[in-house]
Amino acid sequence: MESINYQNFRIDAENICVDYNGKVALYDANLRLKPGQICGLVGMNGAGKTTFFNALTGFVNISKGKIRINGESLRSAQKDQTIAYVPQNEGIDSQFPISVWDVVMMGRYGSMNIFRCPRESDVQAVKDAIERVDLADHLSTPIGNLSGGQRKRTFLARAIAQRASILLLDEPFSGVDIRTEKLISELFIQFKNEGKTILLSTHDMIHVREFCDLVLLINKTVVAYGETSEVFTPENITTTFGGISPDFLFGPES
Amino acid sequence: MELCSFLTLDSFITDPLTHGFMRKALLMSSLVAAVCGFLSSYLTLKGWALMGDAVSHSVMPGVVVAYALGLPFSLGAFIFGVGSVALIGFIKQKSRVKEDTVIGLVFTGFFALGIVLVSKIKSNIDLHSILFGSPLGISLSDVKQTIFISLLVVILLSIFRKDLMLYCFDPRHAKTVGINVFFLHYLLLTCLSLAAVVGLQSVGIILVVAMLITPGATAYLLTDKFDNMTLISVLSAIISSLIGIYVSFWFDLETGGSIVLAQTFIFLFAFLFAPRYGIFKLRKLFASYK
Repeated sequence: MESINYQNFRIDAENICVDYNGKVALYDANLRLKPGQICGLVGMNGAGKTTFFNALTGFVNISKGKIRINGESLRSAQKDQTIAYVPQNEGIDSQFPISVWDVVMMGRYGSMNIFRCPRESDVQAVKDAIERVDLADHLSTPIGNLSGGQRKRTFLARAIAQRASILLLDEPFSGVDIRTEKLISELFIQFKNEGKTILLSTHDMIHVREFCDLVLLINKTVVAYGETSEVFTPENITTTFGGISPDFLFGPES
Repeated sequence: MELCSFLTLDSFITDPLTHGFMRKALLMSSLVAAVCGFLSSYLTLKGWALMGDAVSHSVMPGVVVAYALGLPFSLGAFIFGVGSVALIGFIKQKSRVKEDTVIGLVFTGFFALGIVLVSKIKSNIDLHSILFGSPLGISLSDVKQTIFISLLVVILLSIFRKDLMLYCFDPRHAKTVGINVFFLHYLLLTCLSLAAVVGLQSVGIILVVAMLITPGATAYLLTDKFDNMTLISVLSAIISSLIGIYVSFWFDLETGGSIVLAQTFIFLFAFLFAPRYGIFKLRKLFASYK
């Protein structure tokens, strides 16, 4: 029998279940990702995409199953700053009185002392991250004055500043301008080459075909998982979306 | 005679200071206002106004029991404040009743218990001073307690200032980078209970929630920077306290009510004239004249 070396997997989620006060949101879900892989998470609203992210960040507790990150527990992955989460624009309070700089600096909090005093290296990491997402002109802009795309890039910069090796992105392309979309796509290629592992949820099927090596179709549990070319078939998509044909959902030829 | 003394601002300010109880009231109320104002930034951004109301009302039976047993009233208040929050969390989790309903029914239950206890325990409890505050009649042991609790809250908030901001802004990120969100949640609730305890001496149980939300709401209209928001919140709270006490002294008004009214007026002023977020958007007006 072949023994599995869990060290090989960045993310290894095994039969995980999540329920909220007895209501099942996700059950028996499995996911294995290696360094340098980009995986698309596809499903209807309420299919458990955000729940999956919440489980992987530790924001909700799983009621069954096991999550290993680099072969270790989720707790030690959190301490090691391994996982970064980039929220949906709707998931944050855009009226919060905070600047781009301060949001990105939050990416460094986990590795600072208890008073969260930035060291020279933290300042440098934040500067570099903001430059990579092309927001150097907006350092002290309150996030409420940013466009949707700029705000998305701010949170992406926070993940970069965190130097996480796993990026979880909830709808990274929704509500962004063309420029941001192009910048994010380029960053994804760079991240892949740097060996980062990316899991992103999306409604846009074109994006899945464009960047994702793997695709995970879910509807409360895993409907299909594997190489995009093999798994991302009209039949599987139809099953995932509760019997609605992909032609109807995305138009023919998509 | 008194009317004449209004004519000079100098005596308007200095005359009350000749009374020992006024000096004490001004100092203690400023301290309490500063503590509540500091916390206020977090509560308004977290959306915990109703929670503040709940905790402050729920401390009532604790205050009564502590007085009856001869314990420090802050201890009783603290236990019931935290207890109410725990009970709210428990009922919410174990039933299908919506959160705001649970909050409403728990705190009114506690408050009613307090009122019933007052009527049953025949002691020298002054119901009026608990309900409406009595900054002018604050005792020496109360002064010591207030200073101790205020320092404790200020120290806790100062140490965890940034973590609490992150917790209010994006708790999921906090969790993801290994920050103890559970601890921060209860830290904020503890500070809320303690601030309610000291605040009720100034303005009483019924109005203490104003001390916990109005300064933060005012500051929120005036700035886009968190640190400035905290500063403005603290300053507006202190100024309101001073105005309230002076006005109540000269016009013989209820002190607690005057303090809260001063806060409300400052909020209304910001609501109308805040440069960016006020009704009149003065910033735009000035820009168009240039």
